Amino acid sequence: MSTVDLANTPLRELNAALHKLNGQTNDTHWEVRNPLGKHAVAVGVDAPVTIEIDGHVGYYCGGMNKQARIVIDGNAGVGVGENMMSGEIHIKGDASQAAGATGRGGLLIIDGNASARCGISMKGIDILVKGSIGPMSAFMAQAGNLVVLGDAGEALGDSIYEARLFVRGKVKSLGADCIEKTPTAEERDMLAAILKRGGCESISPDEFRLYGSARKLYNFHIDNVSSY
Amino acid sequence: MCGIVGLFLKSRMLEPQLGAMLSQMLGVMTDRGPDSAGFAVYGAGDGSHIKLTLRSNLGNDIDTIADEISADIGGPLASSKRGSHIVLTTPKSIEQKVRDWLAANRADVRVVGAGSRMELYKEVGLPSDVAERFALKDMAGTHGIGHTRMATESAVTTDGAHPFSTGVDQCLVHNGSLSNHNGVRRNLQRDGLTFQTENDTEVAAAYLTWRLRQGMDLNTALEACLSDLDGFYTFVVGTESGFAVLRDPIACKPAVMAETDDYVAFGTEYRALVGLPGVEQARVFEPEPAKVYVWERH
Repeated sequence: MSTVDLANTPLRELNAALHKLNGQTNDTHWEVRNPLGKHAVAVGVDAPVTIEIDGHVGYYCGGMNKQARIVIDGNAGVGVGENMMSGEIHIKGDASQAAGATGRGGLLIIDGNASARCGISMKGIDILVKGSIGPMSAFMAQAGNLVVLGDAGEALGDSIYEARLFVRGKVKSLGADCIEKTPTAEERDMLAAILKRGGCESISPDEFRLYGSARKLYNFHIDNVSSY
Repeated sequence: MCGIVGLFLKSRMLEPQLGAMLSQMLGVMTDRGPDSAGFAVYGAGDGSHIKLTLRSNLGNDIDTIADEISADIGGPLASSKRGSHIVLTTPKSIEQKVRDWLAANRADVRVVGAGSRMELYKEVGLPSDVAERFALKDMAGTHGIGHTRMATESAVTTDGAHPFSTGVDQCLVHNGSLSNHNGVRRNLQRDGLTFQTENDTEVAAAYLTWRLRQGMDLNTALEACLSDLDGFYTFVVGTESGFAVLRDPIACKPAVMAETDDYVAFGTEYRALVGLPGVEQARVFEPEPAKVYVWERH
């Protein structure tokens, strides 16, 4: 196991070392101490390794992640897992705004709450939030699944495309073109699989409501002009 | 982009270290605002005196100003120098006379802040340098607010630096930009408020002063901001006994807070809070959009 203490190692040194990793390495377990809210910790990793971060991180932690499993034992700042491609990011505390923004794949697990714009423009990522999410979440979400065990804030799924939003608690309001849908058997299985991967297999998929696109804003239509 | 730091102490034990804690926090926020910096500290004071924090707009010597005023209108006036600023402690009974004397004799001198306990310092330059020049780390107090500015809405001048103070023991710092400040300023001017700059943040400070003057408490006055001020803002506000935070309804600008049994701390980024004692065990949270947070000393 490699241990890097960011109190006395420059962040660029850590990220450069992580970027050098590839599928052949035996150095598959990393521990990062004293992140001290620094931005861009473990960004751009592309190797099947586990990175455990002991403390709170700043902006964009784990951004663009491929393959790696990143565990943050603390809170994460703005844009955690932004544009992640695959792998898993697990935040044991809360996440700030725009968690998982534009994410294309992989699984983002937030044990606490996520604030505004969680999953904004998500493009295939799966996001599991065990607490609640803030306003304007899944804005322009295109693909993937957002699963929320708690509540959702205002304007959930505004201008959504084909992402699925599963919410167990209350939704303060839905955004433009976002409606409640009846889940298919396939969608129910998909939800069950995400719950299982996040260690929530005891929760039944039947406790959730599904929200998605009414598909009325895809193309310009004069009757919808007030919604644009 | 700007940086805000704020600290409200619950524990008296920490009061001698307030300045040192705030100074360190301010330094970390240099990345977010290298143009100018400022801070307000609520320290010692009593109800019968007012502390006027003064600076010369033209950089003129103000070291002997207390003697000059005393010679003309009597005293007693105490003065202490901190960097380029002077804090003049005047009995409340002659505060207006002192202000009139300054207006008549020293047009270059600005009253940066006035309060029974508040002292306010600000200057152009890197935040850590500004904190050093004013020896912030040696200051004691119950609460304090600091700001590092990256100018967007008005020029890089000391006048445009935060905090802004428009009422006794009141100050406000702002991250963001207001879009209806000209209209609000005109309305406030009609109601007799005066402005020293064209800055949008000064309008927010004056708006709060106006609301508090109407008898609103801090909580209600900040709630009124939500309907009357348009734009992006995270505000941190200080009063003689209070410390408050408000973010706009879409929380456009970042903010994070940490609370322990000993203090409440605000930082634009968590990085600013990492040097605080026991922060690892603190309750760390993001203030919610459009929600007023107020802490009061009892």
